[in-house]
Amino acid sequence: MGVKVISVLENILQANEQVAAENRARLDAAGVYAINMMSSPGAGKTALIEQTLRALSPQVRIGMINGDTTAASMDAERGAQAGAQAVHINTGGNCHLEAHMVRQALAALDLSALDLIIVENVGNLVCPAGWDLGVHARVVVASVTEGADKPYKYPSMYRGADVLVLNKIDLLPYLDFDTEYFLRGVRLLNPEVQVFQVSCRTGEGIQAWSAWLRERAMRNRPVRIR
Amino acid sequence: MHELPVTQHILEIVLRHAEQANASRVTDIYLVIGQLSSFIDESIQFYWDALSRGTQAEGARLHFERVAAEVLCQVCGVRSPLAEIGQGCPRCGSLRVKVVAGEEFYVRAIRVQTADEVERGV
Ligand SMILES: Nc1nc2c(ncn2[C@@H]2O[C@H](COP(=O)(O)OP(=O)(O)OP(=O)(O)O)[C@@H](O)[C@H]2O)c(=O)[nH]1
Ligand SMILES: [Mg+2]
Ligand SMILES: [Zn+2]
Repeated sequence: MGVKVISVLENILQANEQVAAENRARLDAAGVYAINMMSSPGAGKTALIEQTLRALSPQVRIGMINGDTTAASMDAERGAQAGAQAVHINTGGNCHLEAHMVRQALAALDLSALDLIIVENVGNLVCPAGWDLGVHARVVVASVTEGADKPYKYPSMYRGADVLVLNKIDLLPYLDFDTEYFLRGVRLLNPEVQVFQVSCRTGEGIQAWSAWLRERAMRNRPVRIR
Repeated sequence: MHELPVTQHILEIVLRHAEQANASRVTDIYLVIGQLSSFIDESIQFYWDALSRGTQAEGARLHFERVAAEVLCQVCGVRSPLAEIGQGCPRCGSLRVKVVAGEEFYVRAIRVQTADEVERGV
């Protein structure tokens, strides 16, 4: 003999999930609604955040947590410029945000002065999907320039989304993007997902997306008298 | 890249369970990884060799059990591989399917030697 097999059955991402739960509790206690925005590099996350701020700020008080693999903080600066309380996280080369990084960023924000936090994840269509950050909704931004086959090639990202924003629709006339094929792939993986088609260039569709987000962000707020 | 923190978590879990079992050495680790979770065996192995050095789990063999992604049709109840549903459920054509396998990511078991057994020279 000399050996024995021990049953473990323990989730490897447990440590992350614990911190995520703490983040969620903290946000809930402060009455702040938070979303995790994910996409491939350049799909338009920061552009969408800018448009969202334009549509909702200052009635909805918005914070932005921006994760990037380096110290380059221009996206957070774009958010601050557009009126957000913005924090930049340097992931030190890490390809996705993890719950403990968001915990640190939350500590740097004044939650009592916020209704909504938008977390801009690292531009990457694979890795961020596996890491719960403790937010309330996961928003995947796709853009028509990426090709319509992406849901079929990156199923985990599309599968975990609560909301899908299809961006850059102003470019549709110049591309062979098959919207129907794209949406069929999305629905196969994720029948419940809420879809918005927008252009951050022309502003088309931004109204519907912002209205959805405003409703979520203000749902748990006591009415403020101004 | 993200296999580094993940491998750290695996090591923590393994060492904790080894200690609870009074083990002196861990020889094998059985990991279950779904096809939809984005982790690469070779990369985990690479970090494992470095991270486990000097611990009770140094030199332990990692075994990867891969679980294929499968969907369950919400209309007719048939289960099929995710790869085969490009046009909908292969039986009834419905687009209403739900992923039911392929997202696993856990340590299933470890094989250890216990202290007394080592003392007995087994
Ligand atoms: N034509 C067009 N261009 C857009 C639209 N939205 C964003 N862009 C452009 O796409 C590029 C990338 O936009 P960003 O907002 O920086 O994308 P991102 O997802 O934040 O990029 P990373 O943070 O680097 O991953 C910029 O040049 C934007 O001007 C759109 O709706 N239409
Ligand atoms: Mg950006
Ligand atoms: Zn069916």
